[in-house]
Amino acid sequence: MKDAKPPTNKGGLNAEIQSRIGHQLRAMYDDVVRQGVPDRFADLIRKLDASEAGDSQISNAGDFKKDGRD
Amino acid sequence: MPLTDSLRDDILASVPNLRAFAISLSGNGDRADDLVQETLLRALANIDSFQPGSNLPAWLFTILRNLFRSDYRKRRREVEDADGSYAKTLKSQPSQNAHLEFEEFRVALEKLPQDQREALILVGASGFSYEDAAAICGCAVGTIKSRVNRARSKLSALLYVDGAEDFGPDDTVRAVIGGGR
Repeated sequence: MKDAKPPTNKGGLNAEIQSRIGHQLRAMYDDVVRQGVPDRFADLIRKLDASEAGDSQISNAGDFKKDGRD
Repeated sequence: MPLTDSLRDDILASVPNLRAFAISLSGNGDRADDLVQETLLRALANIDSFQPGSNLPAWLFTILRNLFRSDYRKRRREVEDADGSYAKTLKSQPSQNAHLEFEEFRVALEKLPQDQREALILVGASGFSYEDAAAICGCAVGTIKSRVNRARSKLSALLYVDGAEDFGPDDTVRAVIGGGR
């Protein structure tokens, strides 16, 4: 009952390694996702929103509009 | 379309994923957050060009990716941040072994060519379809597929080049090494 050889396929990547890579990649990524939305960004959107509502005080963001598209 | 409340909420809801993408791309938490901020400013300034009903995360990811690539070109000659500042952005402190493994993975990921790294992250972590990833990167679906495959092969070679021994004391590996004992 020996199954001493690690399973390899023709592509050179065995399924175990593939799934391990996928797992590590998602673990790294999800660790950041779980941090949620830092205040910095919620504040930014709120400020931009407020300045837009208060008419065109949005001059800083307006700069982006000019060269926003390449 | 105009910036409605729901669109604004949707943009905000995309921030965690944008940050994760930015950090995976740049390997640097501070730079990543600047990138996300610039992405949000640019998205809001160009909100009129967003097509209602189209894929908002894909649109935002496209903006972020383009900003990163222009930023990356500018900074290419600067000394790379090698002290693992990425790890400092993490809230949880993993155990020593997990941390070591995590660091190895992060270092290996940074060794990938940029095209391959972003393709792997978009498909393997952000959960985009190959089609969406191709649209974000402005290339053919087949190109994305081959980049993802090459990224996986390369990571595998970097991390697991010696095969099973590098897996650590994992049950499956123990069974294999120990001949099923």
